Amino acid sequence: MTAPPHPLPAPDTRLTWLDRLRARPRARTALAAALPVGWVTLFLFLPYLLLLIHSFWRLDEHQVIVHQWTLASYRRLFTTNVYPATILFSARIALSVTLLSLVLAFPLAYLLAFKVRRHKNLMYMAVIIPLWVSYLVRAYAWKIILGQEGILNGLLAQLGLIHQPLQFLLYSKWAVIIALTHIYTPFTLMPIYAVLEAIPPSLKEASQDLYAGRFQTFIHVILPLSLPGVLAGSTFAFVLSMGDFIAPQLLGGNDSALMVSNVVVSLFGVAYNWPLGAAVSVVMLMLVVTLLTIANRFEERFNYRGERGGAVKADALAVVVTESRA
Amino acid sequence: MPVTRGDWLSRALWVAGIAVFVFIYAPLLVVVLYSFHNSRIIAWPLQLGTLSWYGVLWHDRGMVDAVVASLKLALLAVVIALGVGVPGAFLLDRYDFPGKALYQRLVLLPLILPGIITGVSLLTFFTFIGLPLSAGFPLVPGWPVVLGHGTALVSVVVTQVFARLQRLDRFQEEASMDLYADAWRTFWHVTLPNIRTALLGAALLVFTLSLDEIAVTFFLIGRQNTIPLQIWGLLRRGITPEVNAISTIIFLVSVVVIVIWARLMHDPQGARA
Repeated sequence: MTAPPHPLPAPDTRLTWLDRLRARPRARTALAAALPVGWVTLFLFLPYLLLLIHSFWRLDEHQVIVHQWTLASYRRLFTTNVYPATILFSARIALSVTLLSLVLAFPLAYLLAFKVRRHKNLMYMAVIIPLWVSYLVRAYAWKIILGQEGILNGLLAQLGLIHQPLQFLLYSKWAVIIALTHIYTPFTLMPIYAVLEAIPPSLKEASQDLYAGRFQTFIHVILPLSLPGVLAGSTFAFVLSMGDFIAPQLLGGNDSALMVSNVVVSLFGVAYNWPLGAAVSVVMLMLVVTLLTIANRFEERFNYRGERGGAVKADALAVVVTESRA
Repeated sequence: MPVTRGDWLSRALWVAGIAVFVFIYAPLLVVVLYSFHNSRIIAWPLQLGTLSWYGVLWHDRGMVDAVVASLKLALLAVVIALGVGVPGAFLLDRYDFPGKALYQRLVLLPLILPGIITGVSLLTFFTFIGLPLSAGFPLVPGWPVVLGHGTALVSVVVTQVFARLQRLDRFQEEASMDLYADAWRTFWHVTLPNIRTALLGAALLVFTLSLDEIAVTFFLIGRQNTIPLQIWGLLRRGITPEVNAISTIIFLVSVVVIVIWARLMHDPQGARA
């Protein structure tokens, strides 16, 4: 007996399985979403969630974290003066940094957007390049400038303006404010430049046709239109400087102990109280998210192009760089 | 038009603008100049004229190890960020699914949150699942820090690639499909060439940001320091001129990489798409 002739080659079932899957829109979406959503859920969502959960756990007498629900950390946070005080102190520092950065960034952004004619993109790039260049180096540079034997004291002494080096320059909140302002000014500038750049020249011309002077044009046309950018820039500066712990540790001296981010560092380090550290972080996170949401609301209202989202959305950082030059 | 007043105003504006420019660059210049400072003590006045701090750097075993560790870390971060970020950008550009807005926000959080919050979250996570911070050493500086960098920087890839995809002309893809190219061929021959510069640019950006990252690294680092943490360690023992030398090198490398990135992102070939 001979074997029956081999039937037709079996269809490639693997392929048809995949094809069938791809033919169904829902399954296709699931397939496309699996890696990016899965990864982000595992390594981003779960960690943030776990931080929240930790804030509701507690330490036992042997400094071991007990998985037992309690509000103890939050109670301690809000009833001990030191924690609200650090949050307020950090907020005040962050506010100073934000205002200073705005004052510095706005004129430069205005100049770049309206006055610079040649090499405009090159100039803009030059301003924002330091953003991507070693954060630590930028903070540390101020140590050389503000130190007791630093450049500023040296110059002032040479000019005969001082006889003793100024002690308060370094290792104080002033040093932290100056360094953070230096670090976040280009950050603040980016979104302001982006909105100024997007203002059609026709609007300025229309304002001038209606006999508005430069000042009036600025107050009634440019300034309102720049608000979304100003808001985005200030949010960046505020949030990032409030969470900064490197510059305070490097330049802040005793004042750095008063910054909330340094309290978090110590609670997760030497002080070893993760539940309390987590609670402080969560409060910080809530403040940040509230601020971002409010800024987003305002920003949407001010955005004359009525674009969804706009600059405050977190995508601003990179997209602003891209779009403003596209 | 009151011409004289206008001139006065714009002159003031120029002065202010240039002053801010100087404020941004002067500290960086100070670091670069002091890397050639001919004294152990960093003080005014500046004494230019030595390359010896670069030599010290070269013979500093800890620093060399940190450079190697940082480079490994940055490369792995690029791999992870691209591997997750590119599908993520496509997902956001082309698919609708429940929770899309939430996903978008979540991905971008590390970009906008202070690094410290992402850092302590990841620290609690890796401790909770029991992955030691020095796991994988000496092959990598530690898996937690690698995963942390990669994940935090997915946001950068997503924003960069998403921005390019949004500008992409979909008719080209449809034309390709009409000519019976399957999805893979269309992707390979039509979509990919159009977003290539964005991918390269994103990779460069992730690479630089990883080299410079300190907030997340601070919490996740195991036994092996990265460059910024090694510098951090030196600074805590007091400032040494060696720090200026390594800072100058970092500065120059970052500027070169960022300029290439800017070129790629605004490459008219890619942008026309």
